[in-house]
Amino acid sequence: METLEKLKEILSECKGEDLDITPETTFDELEFDSLDKVDIVMQIEEAYGISLGDNMQLSTVGELIAKIDEAVANK
Amino acid sequence: MSENRVALITGAGRGIGATIARTLAAEKTDIAIVDYSDESAAAETLAALKEAGVTARYYRCDVSDFAATKAVVDQIVKDFGKIDILVNNAGITADKLIMRMEEADWDRVLSINLKGCFNMIKHVTPYMMRKRYGRIVSISSVVGLMGNAGQANYAASKAGIVGLTKTVAKEFGARNITANAVAPGFIKTAMTDALTEEQKQAMYKLIPLGALGETQDIANAVKFLVSDDARYITGVVLKVDGGMYI
Repeated sequence: METLEKLKEILSECKGEDLDITPETTFDELEFDSLDKVDIVMQIEEAYGISLGDNMQLSTVGELIAKIDEAVANK
Repeated sequence: MSENRVALITGAGRGIGATIARTLAAEKTDIAIVDYSDESAAAETLAALKEAGVTARYYRCDVSDFAATKAVVDQIVKDFGKIDILVNNAGITADKLIMRMEEADWDRVLSINLKGCFNMIKHVTPYMMRKRYGRIVSISSVVGLMGNAGQANYAASKAGIVGLTKTVAKEFGARNITANAVAPGFIKTAMTDALTEEQKQAMYKLIPLGALGETQDIANAVKFLVSDDARYITGVVLKVDGGMYI
């Protein structure tokens, strides 16, 4: 739940508006393009001190949360 | 926060950079000078900017230092609230024929002139992306387009700026960030003042307009490229050289 809140903050900042997201929300729905995705990944990496790699495919918010939690657990 | 736009200009303590700073300040642009020299060297420029009624601050930083440039960009955003315009102007020369050029001459010129541009662009663009607005102008040189004996390092760095600029234009265009380069020819500076009349005459023969450029000519080109009049222009190299390289 904590990760979802943090992610909401990062995605909203990137979008420039308050976003309402759930784990089921897809990145296509949010209309993020490739540049946004790179920006989002970099902000997450900085916020959590983790590395998510260069070629991460983002589909849903839930998938991203799982990847973040996994990377944080393996830190 | 002031309504003015904010410009970060590297190497703006004096010379072409200082003229660019004064010219943008006259357009109600707040100025963050990033320069490697001691602040006292930029005192005159800072005073002129403040006289123009804009906010102006000086930041000492080596543009070739990746971590230092990140810190300085973050500090400028903290102080000014945003960065609308980036002018990559800082540059050095270390002229020698390749036969005599040392590895250190090459590395130093490439680090400051080319990597310095990358460093600033790298750290400024995340802020511009979020604002969906940015104007980036990097100072190249006609030498980067035509080559010049004795300037392998400088010419390569200035040609590199052209490739970097075109790439930035493509990567960030969707975020309303434009990237352009200005390529000066021979510009009247303390260095050209020291030339003999005979040397000057030889130079004039290379220039169809028959005269050296002024730092103001370069600043005018920058002023245009960061203005709304140039909003649909990105990825170009604007030569300001009196027709020296056609």
